[in-house]
Amino acid sequence: MPQYTIHVNGQPKTVEADSDTPLLWVLRDNLSLAGTKYGCGIAQCGACTIHVDGNAMRSCSLPISKVGDQKITTIEGLSENGDHPLQKAWATHDVPQCGYCQSGQIMTAAALLSKNKRPSDDEIIETMHGNICRCASYTKIKEAIKAASKL
Amino acid sequence: MTKNNPYTNSRRDFLKWGMASGAGLVVGFNFIGCQSDTAPVEIMKAMPSVWNEFDAYIKIGDTGLVSIFSQNPEIGQNIKTSMPMIVAEELDVAWRDVIVEQAPLNTDWYERQVAGGSQSIRQGWTTLRQAGAKVRHILLKTAAQKWGINIEDCKVKDGVISNPTGEQLSYGEIAAEASQQTLPEEVELKDPKEFKIIGQSKKNVDLNGIVTGQPLFGYDIKKEGMVHACVMRPPAFGMELVAFDDTAAKTINGVIETVKFGDKVAVIAENTWAAMKGKKALTAEWKQVEKAEDSAYHSEQLMLHLSKKADEPRRVDGDVDIAFAEADEVIERIYEAPFLPHNCMEPMNFYANVTEDKVELEGPIQTPAWQQDRVSKILDREKSDINVKMTRMGGGFGRRLYGDFGDEAAEISSLINKPVKLLFTREDDMTAGTYRPASAYRFKVGIKDGEISAYHLTEAFYNGMMFGQMPSNFPCGAITNYRVDCHNIKSNITTGAWRAPYANFLAFAEQAFLDELSGILDKDPVEFRLELLDKAKSDPVGEKYNYDADKFASVIKLAAEKSGWYNRGNKHLGFCAYYSHNTYVAEVAEVELSEGEPIIKKIYCAVDCGIVINPKAALNQIEGGIIDGIGHAMYGDFSFAKGQPQSDNYNKYRLIRMMEAPEIETHFVESYNDPTGLGEPTLPPAGGAIANALFSATGKRFYKQPFVKEMSLLG
Repeated sequence: MPQYTIHVNGQPKTVEADSDTPLLWVLRDNLSLAGTKYGCGIAQCGACTIHVDGNAMRSCSLPISKVGDQKITTIEGLSENGDHPLQKAWATHDVPQCGYCQSGQIMTAAALLSKNKRPSDDEIIETMHGNICRCASYTKIKEAIKAASKL
Repeated sequence: MTKNNPYTNSRRDFLKWGMASGAGLVVGFNFIGCQSDTAPVEIMKAMPSVWNEFDAYIKIGDTGLVSIFSQNPEIGQNIKTSMPMIVAEELDVAWRDVIVEQAPLNTDWYERQVAGGSQSIRQGWTTLRQAGAKVRHILLKTAAQKWGINIEDCKVKDGVISNPTGEQLSYGEIAAEASQQTLPEEVELKDPKEFKIIGQSKKNVDLNGIVTGQPLFGYDIKKEGMVHACVMRPPAFGMELVAFDDTAAKTINGVIETVKFGDKVAVIAENTWAAMKGKKALTAEWKQVEKAEDSAYHSEQLMLHLSKKADEPRRVDGDVDIAFAEADEVIERIYEAPFLPHNCMEPMNFYANVTEDKVELEGPIQTPAWQQDRVSKILDREKSDINVKMTRMGGGFGRRLYGDFGDEAAEISSLINKPVKLLFTREDDMTAGTYRPASAYRFKVGIKDGEISAYHLTEAFYNGMMFGQMPSNFPCGAITNYRVDCHNIKSNITTGAWRAPYANFLAFAEQAFLDELSGILDKDPVEFRLELLDKAKSDPVGEKYNYDADKFASVIKLAAEKSGWYNRGNKHLGFCAYYSHNTYVAEVAEVELSEGEPIIKKIYCAVDCGIVINPKAALNQIEGGIIDGIGHAMYGDFSFAKGQPQSDNYNKYRLIRMMEAPEIETHFVESYNDPTGLGEPTLPPAGGAIANALFSATGKRFYKQPFVKEMSLLG
């Protein structure tokens, strides 16, 4: 099996995986970073969202062979102490129901806020369109993003 | 609910087992008390060196930290927070000094470890209160004995007991001694007006784990020596396996072996990706041995049955046939819904380790006791050999009432003699479902002198019929001639409960029909419902009906008031009210036309669920239920061709997304009544509310779900 050295949450990690293995499974199985979730495997639900050089991307559709030197950030690396403004806002607004999709929601929202500190309602809705929440916690997700954008 | 005396050896053994196997809960987590609304990680009391066990729910540490077991499975309904809040309230401790642990299955110690029917809070209420109050009682008794005073002269606040002279003893200081006392059978409970924790919003106890990506779910399980399995199942219902070829699968890096069980083949692999790829590489020959059903056939059968009366009606008041013959006008409408998959965000999965000594099962299951029962039969093992641990679940919605995935994991582990994690892909999840059955309802009403003289409801349903007292739901009791017939049509498609079974579609059908009827009778839709309720109350027809007319009227009036129903002017509002799962809900939808297209802007919701335990969490359930109801009524479309599901992933199955979710304004009926559940009851009225508002905006009535198929207007 080929070896790859990738940059995850600020650290180089060497992993063995088939070249077509989606980064999602490398993160979860090889690196035990289970915060990035599997939902659909075809980039339709957003549960597996991570940051690749600061951009929100679906790790289920990014093969390990295409990662290269790009900097990967997962929910585990979003903040040192779980205190990113979005994580705090998620707590204040008690957003999660089942919670499964929430790391993907937070990662999508974090990429938005890093580029656009005061997004409008429409910008939030458009950005979050790719993230499904089957529990439909959408009203709370929206409130929490708006609150975090003011922190 | 506890069943036995807590001071038996089995309790101690159970706790030891629970702690050993669930140690990660206390030590591995960021160790956090349950304080609400603050940044993560704030330790209020230190980790105890000694835990003192009181009953199946409570342990108190020497530092005063309290651990409360949550007995029921957590599927996102937030009972892992709300149930311990009830215990903590009666125990009289500060919520910040509480940690919560998920209890494993223990049928000796807990009753009804089930997530289903919106019943956890309602059925757990008294037992949970008693559990807290009994322990409080013996703590106070111990302090009183030490001081040589009466228990009535002790006061307690936040886990600190004081006597009239101002001396204090904390729960932590006397826990060891108190835990040796015998628990009373029953003690007096607090006056609900004195509640300090119940009624306050407390943050989800797993929140920090969720937002930092901790491994809380079944899909996240990782254990020593564990292999991964993906399973090839028959591609269509009614098929069996003739032969399979695993040559290509076995060439894939990481694939260890394949194993056939029944009509299924499992690919065992070192990692998830290899298991998924291996499964795709399998080829097989299948034989259709039962009818290959398709959606046209399903629909045809539903319509055929709707035209017939059942051999035994479910309820009869008066005689609808005579009334129809004498009516001035007879109105008849038919409503139809498709099969639906549950689509939990976390696909089905389970961990199993079958060894000679024991069977370890762990994963997301709404019915752990049933899981244990079935695996005991499948593997021919004693139930006492089988441990079931519950993980947090990435959604349930009824799908995880059925542990077919747990059965598969156990079977595979016993065949390969290894610990295994069975994983469904999204495609497996959508095509190997236990679907919400397709159904249809026919409403036939006779009108005489401007009033309803007869009401005949006929149900046609696959693999079931409305349960319990549902035939006596509203408007039963208000109509002189009333009849309900139900037809159960057999299908080989696996079906089961889906959030708010029966009500999830019947509510729309009934409430859309009543809306249309109010127009025909030239009555205001709200006034029309209130008139019927008034009649049911003042002059009830027949045997007891299945609702409280006053409570129902209260939520209807509250929703009408808060939505400005009577001053709606040109606003397009739609009204709907439904009673299900012991909770009363009324919803008003507001639709706006934007360049000719109807947009669902807002839902006003009124709820009577008794006393509200955890307000923010309650709102989450209410809002989630409403948006889920809107989503499936609007977009939920699923069909079969030759027994094969026609959608297998989110590119072919539309779920509601943020941009389609309206604003929601909720109002609770203030109440000190015992609480009822909220996981389901706000979903059923959502479809009716939006259908009636869409009619107001567009003049179009909807008779079939999903509405989007009948709307050229909305895409």
